[in-house]
Amino acid sequence: MPRKVVITGLGATTPIGGDVPTMWANSLKGVSGARTIEADWVQRYELPVTFAAQITTPASEVLTRVEAKRMDPSTQFAVVASREAWRDSGIEEVDKDRLAVAFATGIGGVWTLLDAWDTLREKGPRRVLPMTVPMLMPNGPAAAVSLDLGARAGAHTPVSACASGTEALHVGLDLIRSGKADVVMCGGAEAAIHPMPIAAFAAMQALSRRNDEPELASRPYDTDRNGFVMGEGAGALVIEAEEHALARGARIYAELAGTSVTADAYHITAPDPEGLGATRALKAALFDARAQAEDVVHVNAHATSTPVGDKPEYTALKAALGSHVHDVAVSATKSQTGHLLGASGAVEAVMTVLAIHERKAPVTINLDNQDPEIPLDVVTAPRDLPQGDIVALSNSFGFGGHNAVIVVRNV
Amino acid sequence: MASNEEILSGLAEIVNEETGLAPESVEMDKSFTDDLDIDSISMMTIVVNAEEKFGVRIPDEEVKNLKTVGDAVNFISGAQA
Repeated sequence: MPRKVVITGLGATTPIGGDVPTMWANSLKGVSGARTIEADWVQRYELPVTFAAQITTPASEVLTRVEAKRMDPSTQFAVVASREAWRDSGIEEVDKDRLAVAFATGIGGVWTLLDAWDTLREKGPRRVLPMTVPMLMPNGPAAAVSLDLGARAGAHTPVSACASGTEALHVGLDLIRSGKADVVMCGGAEAAIHPMPIAAFAAMQALSRRNDEPELASRPYDTDRNGFVMGEGAGALVIEAEEHALARGARIYAELAGTSVTADAYHITAPDPEGLGATRALKAALFDARAQAEDVVHVNAHATSTPVGDKPEYTALKAALGSHVHDVAVSATKSQTGHLLGASGAVEAVMTVLAIHERKAPVTINLDNQDPEIPLDVVTAPRDLPQGDIVALSNSFGFGGHNAVIVVRNV
Repeated sequence: MASNEEILSGLAEIVNEETGLAPESVEMDKSFTDDLDIDSISMMTIVVNAEEKFGVRIPDEEVKNLKTVGDAVNFISGAQA
């Protein structure tokens, strides 16, 4: 039997709350984090999309001015979330040579990169900040978290677009099972609400353009869904070898029972319409967790609210869970948070862990007319999950054909 | 043309902005590395900000000679003359 791995600390900064208690309370209530963007660049560039789901608590309220100055916003979010998760874990002493980091991002320091480009063009090379490279590199969040915690058992950065945050847990689980670490700070961070990524995602027709009603724009599974809503933020989870957690008398939220990552090898952006890669990921994750389809009571779905994306996930769930798929409480929390890209899997993992721990499924908002081709049991009002031994899944899929699934079990 | 006192206080503001060090800790005889714990990346940021603030050019090869705050103040003062 591989080492059992448990989750002992949670952190988040999101469009529906700047910490885990606020985010979780809002996710059960059902609120939208989407708002019109107040920045002047929306008008200046005449962006076709004028809203996004921005974080509720600026990192500058949590970090010192000097800390924030040396970090891209994506790294700021990672440090904010990981500090909360670390405090929450209650770890006081740990062998730093056995403490690793697996902190993902989809895009990395895009604000820093493009600000530096503007500076170069407007003011010349002398004015490009010497901190530009460490701030823009995609391993910046992982490196900053490693530095902050003194974690020396490796600082990893899974990059698989919107599957990145979930893949971080896959990497973390492997590090502990293989004996390379006892504790891993896992997570994902993204800060890409910048005019260029908005223009680029809009160019590929991926974003909702419901500019007049931002809070109604993210509507997974609804017949009127027309694209995702850009989100930002970070999620962080302290995962730990069970014996390590027990030895220090830790509060254990849940078991990270299994993970899986597959690739579609089908198309660079379009999901395989049969959901074959996702099906393999779901089956492999359940096998890895030694769980049966019938054990699954809850799924935090990837469900981004795009016309083409939501259905193949249903196809895959049906293929992996069989007729039991209709007995599973499915939450599409991007309806509230928007799509946090490389951070989404980490934030949704935090919600999935709390769903198991508190036995409550967060709600899906804006589901007015459910797509008849996706007959899932979608949670639209707070719902209790069953007592007894239960398992939940969280799915993430990314451009490039990346499929990542985690399995969370009660302890 | 700024006096040495004005250059020192301007430099102290730049150091404070970059590192969070109290401006009054930035004194003429303090070493940037040994006393103020300023690394090379912060030093380059301080240099570029000082160039803009005081309207001078501090060549990269000169930066390694600026060991103390006083060295920097004197260089800037000389460059302005």
